[in-house]
Amino acid sequence: MTAARQLAERHRFKWWELLPWAAGIAVFFAFPNYLAFGTQLLIAILFALSLDLVLGYAGIVTLGHAAFFGAGAYTVGMLAQHLGWNEPLSGLVAAALVAGAIGLASGYVLLRTHGLTLLMLTLCTMALLEEAANMGAAFTGGFDGMPGLKFAPLLGLFPFDLLFFRSQYLYALLVLLLCFALVRILVYSPFGQSLTGIRENLLRMHAVGAPVRARLVLAYTISAALAGVAGALFAQTNAFVNLGALGLERAAGVLIILILGGYGRLYGAFVGAIVYLLLEHALAKAYPTAWQIGLGVVLMAVALYARNGILGIGDALRRRLGGQRAP
Amino acid sequence: MSATLLETKGLCKSFGALQVAREISFRLDAGARHALIGPNGAGKTTLVNLLTGLLQPSRGSVHLKGEDVTSLAQAKRVKRGIARTFQINQLFRGLTVLENVCIAVAERLGAGGSMLRPAGRRSDVIAEASRLIEMLKLRDVAGRRIGELPYGRQRLVEIAIALGLDPQVLLLDEPAAGIPSAESHILLDAISTLPGEIAVLIIEHDMDLVFRFADRITVMVNGAIFAQGSPAEIAANREVRAVYLGSALDA
Repeated sequence: MTAARQLAERHRFKWWELLPWAAGIAVFFAFPNYLAFGTQLLIAILFALSLDLVLGYAGIVTLGHAAFFGAGAYTVGMLAQHLGWNEPLSGLVAAALVAGAIGLASGYVLLRTHGLTLLMLTLCTMALLEEAANMGAAFTGGFDGMPGLKFAPLLGLFPFDLLFFRSQYLYALLVLLLCFALVRILVYSPFGQSLTGIRENLLRMHAVGAPVRARLVLAYTISAALAGVAGALFAQTNAFVNLGALGLERAAGVLIILILGGYGRLYGAFVGAIVYLLLEHALAKAYPTAWQIGLGVVLMAVALYARNGILGIGDALRRRLGGQRAP
Repeated sequence: MSATLLETKGLCKSFGALQVAREISFRLDAGARHALIGPNGAGKTTLVNLLTGLLQPSRGSVHLKGEDVTSLAQAKRVKRGIARTFQINQLFRGLTVLENVCIAVAERLGAGGSMLRPAGRRSDVIAEASRLIEMLKLRDVAGRRIGELPYGRQRLVEIAIALGLDPQVLLLDEPAAGIPSAESHILLDAISTLPGEIAVLIIEHDMDLVFRFADRITVMVNGAIFAQGSPAEIAANREVRAVYLGSALDA
């Protein structure tokens, strides 16, 4: 049966999946002056990827994903500031654990709800954390955050360089690669399939005997941990943390990235983040005071004419050109 | 007399003042081919929802193989062998036919939560799903998305999913509704290949199909059981003819 063969081969690597990583390495050599920008781009991709797991695959609508990004950022920030724990790799692990724990606890409570209720509750969770970070000035630096954080060299060999971002960039690229590999394995596993099932039809998923809520909480926890890693990378590479790490603006930004690129398709995070950050960069240069207008227009166009994002346009074109070929 | 698989005792369900199930005591024996009939709004689907745990009864209890499962969640009852189809298709519309059936089979085999191995490597799951697809004559559309299929073939996917759960009790809520009559034999053929000890309950309005299929019939009216008996008894029952069968049998 051809359908069976297709399914059995779907998880295999395709040659074009090497392209993003080849491009990532090429950028390192070709644009040494843009590596700070490149690092932020990699972090945005990782953050969007974590959101894709819950929003795109499991269909969990959340407007509070920056809560976990912020949790990760503040974890490494506070560890470095107060405990002198500034080893980067163990910092990432700590950030993943803290953000994952917050994801587990909040997901356990929130994921009984759906739709708008869930959306509001995720937003509230984030607001609570933001306010805690604002009020707990003794630990978090309050409104000013924690500027001038110091981190130890990577593996004791490669110091972070605030001007040229060479080690930061490669570090972020490698962490993204590892996290991406994990997400890719997950979405092609039976677990990932069952998340898609939950997104497609909750009633049916209960009726085939799936422990729906446990699956959702688990996916939410993993996603939160990955977002925490993204936040930790952000704090480490920029050497500061402030309230901007867990605000609505960041949560909305990552949602826009995913919608732009196309959700539920792994590479939407890559395309969306690249387009979003390049647009932001170019528009802010041309119209420093009103660049969001341009972004708004692009977003409206995508929402109206390309519901599956930029990658969705590619799919539609291929289907049209492919004509009679069976999908 | 064969063993009782599924039994309800004094099952009641109300939504506010509206009583949709009244004192339903009902038994499904191993190997039964049981039809549940009655006019629209009689409470047939409600009974199925109470049996599967989609609804909690206001009073009364549900027993599976003698064990009280009234408080068990839907998913747990599925694990113990109760599978159902829905009156209106409940499928994963964006996924292919094969993927739809695979999800059900994977859950039954306990593979649904496995994270590290690709789903495509679970050849046991894919082989079992392919077998069911073959059986329901869906092979030619196995790679198509549900949304692209005509409604009648979607109905057959519903059945394939339920069979993929390897049930001991199979509850079919109007399985033939929407299937062109020329294809309804596919459905009956599939059911006839099931192991004899499985109990099948079918809600159906097509009396032809009911009398071909069932060895026992329960008639529901107004949330309560109105009559039960063999097809011959039900067909001969004047009151049943009056409330429901009417012209269908006179013809």
